[in-house]
Amino acid sequence: MSKNWPLWEIFVRSKNGLEHRHFGSLHAADAEMALENARDVYTRRSEGVSIWVVESVNITASNPEHNGELFEPAHDKVYRHPTFYELPDEVKHM
Amino acid sequence: MSNEQIKNLEEIFEARIARDEKIEPKDWMPEKYRKTHIRQMSQHAHSEIVGMLPEGNWISRAPSLRRKAALLAKVQDEAGHGLYLYSACETLGISRDELYEQLHSGKAKYSSIFNYPTVTWADMGAIGWLVDGAAIINQVPLCNTSFGPYARAMVRVCKEESFHQRQGFEIMHKLCNGTPEQKDMAQDALNRWWWPSLMMLGPTDAESIHTEQSMKWKLKRKSNDELRQQFIDQTVPQADVLGLTIPDKDLKWNEEKGSYDFGEIDWDEFWQVVKGHGPSNKKRMKARVGAWEEGAWVRDAAMAHAEKKEANKLKKAI
Amino acid sequence: MNKKHLFDYIISIADNSLILAQRLGELCGHGPTLETDIAGTNIALDLIGQTRNYYQYAAQIQGEGKTEDDLAFLRLEREYKNVLLVEQPNEHFGYVMGRQFLFDVYHLLFMNELLKSKDETLAAIAKKGIKEVSYHKRFSGDWVKRLGDGTEESNQKMQEAIDELWAYTDELFDQPEADKTMIAEGVAVDTLKFKETYYEEVSTLLKEANLQVPESKYFIRGGKTGVHSEFMGYILSDMQYMQRTYPNMEW
Repeated sequence: MSKNWPLWEIFVRSKNGLEHRHFGSLHAADAEMALENARDVYTRRSEGVSIWVVESVNITASNPEHNGELFEPAHDKVYRHPTFYELPDEVKHM
Repeated sequence: MSNEQIKNLEEIFEARIARDEKIEPKDWMPEKYRKTHIRQMSQHAHSEIVGMLPEGNWISRAPSLRRKAALLAKVQDEAGHGLYLYSACETLGISRDELYEQLHSGKAKYSSIFNYPTVTWADMGAIGWLVDGAAIINQVPLCNTSFGPYARAMVRVCKEESFHQRQGFEIMHKLCNGTPEQKDMAQDALNRWWWPSLMMLGPTDAESIHTEQSMKWKLKRKSNDELRQQFIDQTVPQADVLGLTIPDKDLKWNEEKGSYDFGEIDWDEFWQVVKGHGPSNKKRMKARVGAWEEGAWVRDAAMAHAEKKEANKLKKAI
Repeated sequence: MNKKHLFDYIISIADNSLILAQRLGELCGHGPTLETDIAGTNIALDLIGQTRNYYQYAAQIQGEGKTEDDLAFLRLEREYKNVLLVEQPNEHFGYVMGRQFLFDVYHLLFMNELLKSKDETLAAIAKKGIKEVSYHKRFSGDWVKRLGDGTEESNQKMQEAIDELWAYTDELFDQPEADKTMIAEGVAVDTLKFKETYYEEVSTLLKEANLQVPESKYFIRGGKTGVHSEFMGYILSDMQYMQRTYPNMEW
């Protein structure tokens, strides 16, 4: 038989108020084990208050070859940023 | 892809690294970059997990509860570091099982320092102080290496390792301020671990085959000889604090170059150990292979259980 | 209050954690995966932490200027009062998890009671320990389920381990003289109060794990009165090696 334990991606919230952040990965046979392993591997120095585990095969990633079409069109949309707009100096709190 | 196109991609790739951009797993990379990284990262990971064994040898005999806890935590960290590094390797499309297979078959190397036996408690001190000291010198620059997953793993490793060297030095310090027997034990450990620690920083630049390419890819920032000099210069004053003598009669301060001159390293010994004929090579491999093979039924059972559980969940859903 | 009995009582609790941690420490680097090595070490570290708290307190009660290490390392075998269960060897991973599980279920019930002790120090140690032990129990229980349910081979191995370790469970509830006096004082835990719950909890999980609950009524005891298995001498010769070889030194 000998099927290997699948790989899981581990996301940890380091404290309430912050988002879960990708911490790394590990192997586990199932989700419960992935959670337990993540607790033991990634939070042994009190790094977290909440853990998400996702089996790595379930992550769909964008292809860097498409980076041009995916991300470059956003570069020139400067009007999405507040600094694009000119205001008279005397206007405050905006 | 034509050779021309590949060459073009390679130029863009090298330029990105030169600009200090990080390379991520799905980015295009030259095959050689991928292979070199798998080799170096897995070698690093193997060193961590084989490195658990010589220190693990003293967990059951640690002389106090405080020392026992610290040593356990340190060996545990090494397992963690091995895990981070194997994970970084896996982003390049090779599985941990394949990497283990390379280790177990002798195809992959690991740091040869772990092929020396730990014969007294003072060896726990000497390993932390010298071996981890040399490792840190090697590792800190890797936090800025070009491959993203490796750099991130190293940031975590370096952060966690900061206690390892102090732990070792504290053991030595306690011994050196203890009874004459304890001090002798410390000196003896230094005598045995000093030269292997210098060797740990790799063959001399003249004999090192990978250095130039590795510098370009930021897998290495300084040459082996430079690292060795840095290690000696920072360690000798620490030995003075301990009141221990470095076992090198040629060691002396060179005012002109502002660093220490040191004696000839026995490279024959180094190559003997690297080639698998050190005092503990066979024992270490037996322990690793044994753990893996004896654990097979456990890993299989966990998978079988997970699959049954999943099937049951599906059945219930229908 | 009888100081000697309080001292003996604390030592007997501490020794359980110490010897189990010692056994787990032997495993570090030899487990089936890196992940399990890391997890097992965490359990050992929790137990060492508990042990240090107990010995420090016991040394204080004793009032002879001894340290935690004097108590942990420098007693004779007959003076160690841990149960036989925790000194059983690391035969294989299933055996280790079985041993852990049979102890953890007891340990958590025990801690929950110790929390109510009139002795504030013991209650405080329990308060911290409960969280640790709850996790140990979850971890070892999950593994017993996995191995019991997993494959034919793992089921058989797990069953054999449970059958063998079962003989050491009854001793968990023995109450030597120190226990009895301390129970009367409201300091110690009356383990008989949760003996039934213990066997219920264990049985429920074993069944869930496709394992047979052993029916044997033959139990082996002795650790609590200092009569140990043959393994104990070797555990101590490892553990005490440095302290015995180099007496009166600091490390």
